[in-house]
Amino acid sequence: MTLSRRALLGAAACSSLLPRRLFAAGPAKLRIGLLLPYSGTYAALGHNITDAMKLAATEHGGKLGGREVEWVAVDDESDPAKAPANVNKLIAGEKVDILTGPVHSGVAMAMMQIVRQEEVLTIVTNAGAQAVTGALCAPHVFRTSFSNWQTSYPCADVLLKAGQKKAVLMFWNYSFGQESMAAFKEGYAKGGGTIVKEIAVPFPSTEFQANLSEIASLKPDAVFVFFAGAGAAKFVKDYAAAGLKEKVPLYGSGFLTEGVLGAQGAAAEGIKTTLHYADGLDNAANKKFRAAFKKTTGRDADVYAVAGYDTVNVLAQALQKVKGDTGARKELIAALESTRIDSPRGPFRFSKAHNPIQDIYLRQVKGGQEAVLGVAMKDAEDPAAGCKMEK
Amino acid sequence: MSLSLFLVQLVNGVEYGLLLFLVASGLTLVFGVLGVLNFAHGSFYMLGAYLAWWLSARTGSLLLGVLIGVPAMVLIGLVVERLAIARLYSRDHLSQVLLTYGLVLLFNELQSVLWGNDVHGVNTPAALSWTMRLGETQTWPAWRAFTSFACICIAIAMRQVVLKTRFGMRVRAGASNAEMVEALGIDVRRLFSTLFAAGTALAGLAGMLAAPLTTVYPGMGENVLILSFVVVVIGGIGSIKGAFFGALLVGLADTFGKVLLPGFASAMVYAVMAAILLWRPRGLLGAAAEGR
Repeated sequence: MTLSRRALLGAAACSSLLPRRLFAAGPAKLRIGLLLPYSGTYAALGHNITDAMKLAATEHGGKLGGREVEWVAVDDESDPAKAPANVNKLIAGEKVDILTGPVHSGVAMAMMQIVRQEEVLTIVTNAGAQAVTGALCAPHVFRTSFSNWQTSYPCADVLLKAGQKKAVLMFWNYSFGQESMAAFKEGYAKGGGTIVKEIAVPFPSTEFQANLSEIASLKPDAVFVFFAGAGAAKFVKDYAAAGLKEKVPLYGSGFLTEGVLGAQGAAAEGIKTTLHYADGLDNAANKKFRAAFKKTTGRDADVYAVAGYDTVNVLAQALQKVKGDTGARKELIAALESTRIDSPRGPFRFSKAHNPIQDIYLRQVKGGQEAVLGVAMKDAEDPAAGCKMEK
Repeated sequence: MSLSLFLVQLVNGVEYGLLLFLVASGLTLVFGVLGVLNFAHGSFYMLGAYLAWWLSARTGSLLLGVLIGVPAMVLIGLVVERLAIARLYSRDHLSQVLLTYGLVLLFNELQSVLWGNDVHGVNTPAALSWTMRLGETQTWPAWRAFTSFACICIAIAMRQVVLKTRFGMRVRAGASNAEMVEALGIDVRRLFSTLFAAGTALAGLAGMLAAPLTTVYPGMGENVLILSFVVVVIGGIGSIKGAFFGALLVGLADTFGKVLLPGFASAMVYAVMAAILLWRPRGLLGAAAEGR
């Protein structure tokens, strides 16, 4: 290989533009902050995201953009009230280069308020709150998971196609549930469906019996719900035990069965949900990822793990382009925007609002597995209401 | 609300209340007699549920799980009492809260290390997996009926033990004046540790009975603990009878609150507690009300 004088000069000029600290004593470690629940209702989700991120990093040789990765984890306890303190701990205290997390939408909202005032590159690894890539969207904030709209809007069509025009909604009454319901209603009303009743259950209450009796007396065509984690496990069991499953079909966004199929057992059989991922998706990336995750953790991967895995893969691609320089903000953001990822969920790209444009699948529980019935919505792009990106 | 729906909701409320009673009865015993504010009571409930899941998966039968699990809970109660609680009898409530809250963190971590953070389902025994009709479209699982029945049996048994046995007499005496009981030559230390173990076992048993209904998950004890405190306060601290009626009241308030005032559902239980305390500051059957 021969070097021309011009190329050499160019390289010298370029390197003088790079921040000096990069050359101080070899590349510093890349500090990635994890704001995730490691205790409480969503603990299992936090652990799966973390382990999948570590798995992806290991697959890249423990380095992203040439810098060794260092993890800084904080248990956010899914508590929005503690979120500001936890975010500050990671940004100001631990001085992380990249902030990732959280699971809970309420925590995400509190995090967004702070992150928007800061420079730190932020990647939301689960929380589907609309505002993250909507009213509060920001150039340095990306999301690798989903928006609530994406998981629920496509399900309305599924009910309507089955001729179920009268539905009861039931949900945990916090932003995730509310937004999920709003998206469903939008699609349902468009197709001529009527909502008979909306039942809001305080989070994280799991005492459903009174409301199930109510549903039994209302006799709707179908029920669409939002519950996740332990609440979803209990709801599905209660619904089946109350004898409602055979009489009133139960639908939900995929979170109704994700990660809790084992606990739900036979009670989950036949339930149809919509989500951007399914365990049994037939593609090479998914098979490879699931095998690797099982091998390193001993657990089965799920949709939460996929988002964690993709987060690190997206970062690896983008950081490669900027040679690990997290200070090169504009270039890093541009690199992230142009990322194309062959994810276990299928290929996805980022929308203008930095939310994944992805296929939403219709799944059904068959024999304790999540079977893919087809694509409920191709290239689903969140409407990103209220997003004004200032560059 | 139609009459049939009203009756169905009544069943729901009573059933929920009975299970709450089982948890709260142990709490009120320990609080009333030993004078210890036990925040770890919810952890015992959680431990019971996890034991039911783990043991029934190992032995293949929930009944066997309960038969092994309850003595295990008694043992855990004895150990915790000897190592930690025994040091609290002469201390103020703040020290008690600190130590027992520490136990909550310890047990949560232990659960995470031993059993992981996944949600687990527990199967009901085959003999009780059938359902009966409840109202027009709904069915009522036999296990729910069985837990309610078991809770009633335990309530009656507790009443008999406290009122009719020598041990019960000592418990009642210990509750009103522990020093005097000791002066009369009764081993209060042993009485207290037996009682604490009984309270632990009751919480554990409640967790075991509830496990097939609620599924088993990290942090499941905390919600129950808060409601149990509400039950104990409504019923009057130390009164088992009070806890029984308090639990039924909380169960009914929660159930009907959800249906009639959905926007207010999460506050309903606390509104009832506030109302009761305004009317009877020591609870329904608190010490003052009993004229003690």
